[in-house]
Amino acid sequence: MSRELILQAIISGLLMGLIYALVAVGLTLIFGLMEIVNFAHGEFLMLAMFMAFWFWALAGLDPLVSLPFVVVLLAVAGILAHFGIIRRLLKAPMLAQVCGTFGLGVALRAAAQFLWTPDFRTVTNPAIAGRVQIGSIFIGQPQLITGGVCLLSFAALWWFVTRTETGLGLQATAQDRQAAAVMGIPTERMFALGWAIGMGCVGIAGTMLSTFYYIFPDVGTNFALLAFVAVALGGFGSIAGSLLAGLLIGLVESLGGLLLDPSYKTLIVFALYLAVVIFRPQGLFGRF
Amino acid sequence: MLKSALAENLWPRPPLWVGAFGAAALALLLAYPFIFTTPFAHHLMILILLYALMAQSWNVVAGFSGQISLGQAIFFGIGAYSSTVLFAKYGITPWAGLMVGMLLSALAAVAIGVPTLRLRGHYFAIATLLIGSSVQIVFQRWDWVGAASGLYVPIERASPWFYLQFHTSKVPYYYLALGAVAAGYFAVWKLRRSRLGFRLQAMRDDPDAAASLGIAIARHKVLAFMISAAMMSVAGTFYAQYVLVLDPERLFSAEISIIVLLMTVLGGSGTLWGPALGAAILVPLSEYSRIWFGGTGRTIDLILYGILILLVCMWRPSGILSLLEERIRRRAEIP
Amino acid sequence: MSPLLDVQGLTKRFGGLTANANIAFDVNEGEIVGIIGPNGAGKSTLFDLITGFQSPNAGRALLDGRDITGLRPDRIGRLGLARTFQKLKPFVDLTVTENVMVGALAHTPVLKTAREQALESLAFVDLLDKRNHFARELSTGQRKRLELARALAMSPRLILMDEVTGGVDQRSVAGLVALVRELKQRGVTIVMIEHNMQVIMRLADRILALHAGRRIAFGAPDEVRSDAAVVDAYLGTIDHAA
Repeated sequence: MSRELILQAIISGLLMGLIYALVAVGLTLIFGLMEIVNFAHGEFLMLAMFMAFWFWALAGLDPLVSLPFVVVLLAVAGILAHFGIIRRLLKAPMLAQVCGTFGLGVALRAAAQFLWTPDFRTVTNPAIAGRVQIGSIFIGQPQLITGGVCLLSFAALWWFVTRTETGLGLQATAQDRQAAAVMGIPTERMFALGWAIGMGCVGIAGTMLSTFYYIFPDVGTNFALLAFVAVALGGFGSIAGSLLAGLLIGLVESLGGLLLDPSYKTLIVFALYLAVVIFRPQGLFGRF
Repeated sequence: MLKSALAENLWPRPPLWVGAFGAAALALLLAYPFIFTTPFAHHLMILILLYALMAQSWNVVAGFSGQISLGQAIFFGIGAYSSTVLFAKYGITPWAGLMVGMLLSALAAVAIGVPTLRLRGHYFAIATLLIGSSVQIVFQRWDWVGAASGLYVPIERASPWFYLQFHTSKVPYYYLALGAVAAGYFAVWKLRRSRLGFRLQAMRDDPDAAASLGIAIARHKVLAFMISAAMMSVAGTFYAQYVLVLDPERLFSAEISIIVLLMTVLGGSGTLWGPALGAAILVPLSEYSRIWFGGTGRTIDLILYGILILLVCMWRPSGILSLLEERIRRRAEIP
Repeated sequence: MSPLLDVQGLTKRFGGLTANANIAFDVNEGEIVGIIGPNGAGKSTLFDLITGFQSPNAGRALLDGRDITGLRPDRIGRLGLARTFQKLKPFVDLTVTENVMVGALAHTPVLKTAREQALESLAFVDLLDKRNHFARELSTGQRKRLELARALAMSPRLILMDEVTGGVDQRSVAGLVALVRELKQRGVTIVMIEHNMQVIMRLADRILALHAGRRIAFGAPDEVRSDAAVVDAYLGTIDHAA
C-alpha cells in the first residue's frame, strides 16, 4: 500500500467530509433550535442537486452560476416547510415528528422518481473540470473547489452565528427559547431563519455536488444517513461538531474503503456511530 | 362510590354495534376466498394480512412501548432466510424453520437492543436505520446465503403442508396468513391489558415515572423489541414460502421498515386494530395504483403514502382509530 | 430504633456547580420530614439522588439499614420507596385507573387485585369520579392527586413528595394537607419538599432546610423557623407562617 494511495485517500476523504459536514450542519442547526430531527433532510439535498441540474439542462447555467439561485430557492423551501409543516409537527409527540418528516421524505423521493425517472443524471461539462496534480496526488478540480466552497460556507456561518446580532439570537433561542423570547427575540422567526440557513447550506452542498456526482432520486438517502452520523458524532446542535465529525466520517469512509473492502465502508461508518453514541452520547461537542 | 366502582366490569364493554361489526368482519374474512375467487383477490388479501401482521409487530415495539424502530426489516429478513436456508441446505421443514427464525430474530433483537435501546428516541431510531442498512449489506455479501443473488426455496410439489408450499391455489396461503394474523392479534389483545402490557405502555408514556414505580426500563424495552422481532420473523418466513424467492435487496429494504411504520401510524399507533386498518388502506392503494398507473404506480403509491402520513402526523398523530374511539367514548358518556 | 431512611453525606456536582454538598439527615418510621429551601437549593436533586435517578459523587443513602446508593430507580421502588415528581408525569394515554394500577402492579401480579387497590387509592385522593377518563384530560390539581394515588398504590413504606401543593389553589391545598395527615395516620412515612411554609410548619415533625446545596438546619419546626441561618436565607419569609 503505497504512501501516495493513502495520502490520496486521506485528501479525497477530507474533501468529501467537508460536504458531509455542510449537509450535517443544516440538520444540527434545526435540531439545536427546535429539537426536531428532519428525516427528509436527504431529500432536500436531492432537490438541490436536481435544481442545479435543471438550471444547467434547461437554461444552460453552470452550477457555479446557478448556485445563488438554488440557495435562495432552498432557503425559501425551508421557510415554507417550517411554516407549512414543521410548526404543526412541533406540537405533536416525538413519534409523530419522526414519522411526519419521514413521510415527507418518502413523498419527495417518490415524486422525484415520478417526475424525473430513476435515471442517473450528470452535468456533463461543468465550468470546473479536470484534475489538479500536487506532487503525485491527483485531485479532481470540482472536488477541490467544492471543498473550498464548503469551508467558506462554514466560515460564513460561524461568523454569522457568533458575530451578528441575529446569529446570537439564534444561539439564544437554541439554548433557552423562553428566556430568549422574554428578551424580545422572536422564536418563530428564529425557527424560520434556522430552516432557511439549514436548507441554504444544503443548497450549497447540492449545487457543488452536481458538478461531479451522479444525480438521481435516491441520492439523498446515503448522504442523509451519513449526516445523521455526523450530527450524532459532533453533538446535536454543535456547528463546530458537525465540521469535525463530517471530516472524520469522510476520512474513515475513504480510508476504510481503501484498507478494507470498499463495500464495507458504510459499515465502518455505522460502527463509528454506534461506538460514539453508546460511549459518549453527547458526541464530541454536544450539550447534554 | 367505591363499592359501585369495584363492582364494575374490569374493562369497558364496547358498544353493541362494534360486536356486530366484528362478527360480520370475521365471517367475511373466513369466507373471503370463496366470495372473491380470482387469484388477484386472494393475493391482495394475503398481502393485506401479511402487512397487518408486520405492522402489528411495529405497533408492539413503538405504539405500545414507545421505541421507534426503523429497522424492522432486519427481522423480516432473518425469518425469511432462517427457514429457507434450513430447508434448502438441510431439508428441514419450514415449520421448524419458522421456530428457528423466531428464535434467531429474538436473539438478534437482544444483540441489537441491549446497546442501542438505552439511547434516546431519535438516536435509537437512527441506530436502527443504520443497523438495518448494515445487515442488508452483510447479507448482500454473504456467499453462504447466496449473497446478492439471493436464494431460491427449492420447489416441492408433494406434501404441500409439510413443505409449506402450495402450487395449485393461493387459498391455503390465505388461511395460513389469516391464522398467523389471528394468533398475533390475539397475543397483542392479551398483552394490551396484562401486567406486562400496562408496564410497557407506562414506559412509553413516561419512562421516569415508570421506573419510580418499579419497572425495569432497559429490560422491558428489550422484551418489547424481542416480541416484535419474533412477529416480524413469522411474517418473513411466510413471505419466503409464498414468493419462493429471497432477494436481500427487497427483504432487508428500508421500504419495508418504513411501510409498517406508516401503516400503524395511519391506522392508530398504540391501538389493537390500528395496524390492520392501516394495512387495509395502504396495501390496496399500492396495488391499485400500480394497476392504474402502470410502471410508475410504484412511485404514485409512495407519494400518496408519504403525503397521507404527513397529514396524519400533522393533524391527527394518534391515527384514524383514535377519531373513532373518541366518538364512541363521547357517546357512551363515560362517568 | 434505627431510622427508616438514613442519608449520609450525599454530594452531587455538575461540572463546576455543586448541587448537593454533604447532605445528611434521617427519617424515622411514621414521621413526616419536610424539606425547605429557596429555588436552586438542591431539593429535587436530593430526591433524585435518593431514588436513583442520579448517582452521587459521594455519600450514601440507607433504606431501613440497607444501602440503596447507586441502585436503579426501579429497584429502589420495589424496595418500598415511592416518589412523586415536581414536574407531573402522568401516563397520558392510559386511563386514571390504569395509571394507578401500574403502581399497584409493582407488588402484585394479579390484575384484579391491582385494580381493586387502584380504586381504593383513587377513593383516598377523591379522584374516583374521573376513574375512566384518560390521564391527559385531568387538570393540574387532579394530576397531582393522580400522581399521589399512583405512588400510594405501591403500598410504600416511605414516600417522597415533591411540591405536592405547588400550583394548586387554596381550597385544594387544604384537601391535600388533610390527605397527608391521613397518610401519616395509616403509618406511611413521608418526606416532603414544600414551598408553602404554612403547610410544612403544620405538617412536619422535623424539617430539613437547604440553601445553596448545603444543609443549614435540621430539627423541629420551631427550632428551624427561628434558626438564624434559615431566617437569613429566607429573609423573613418564615415570619408569615403563623
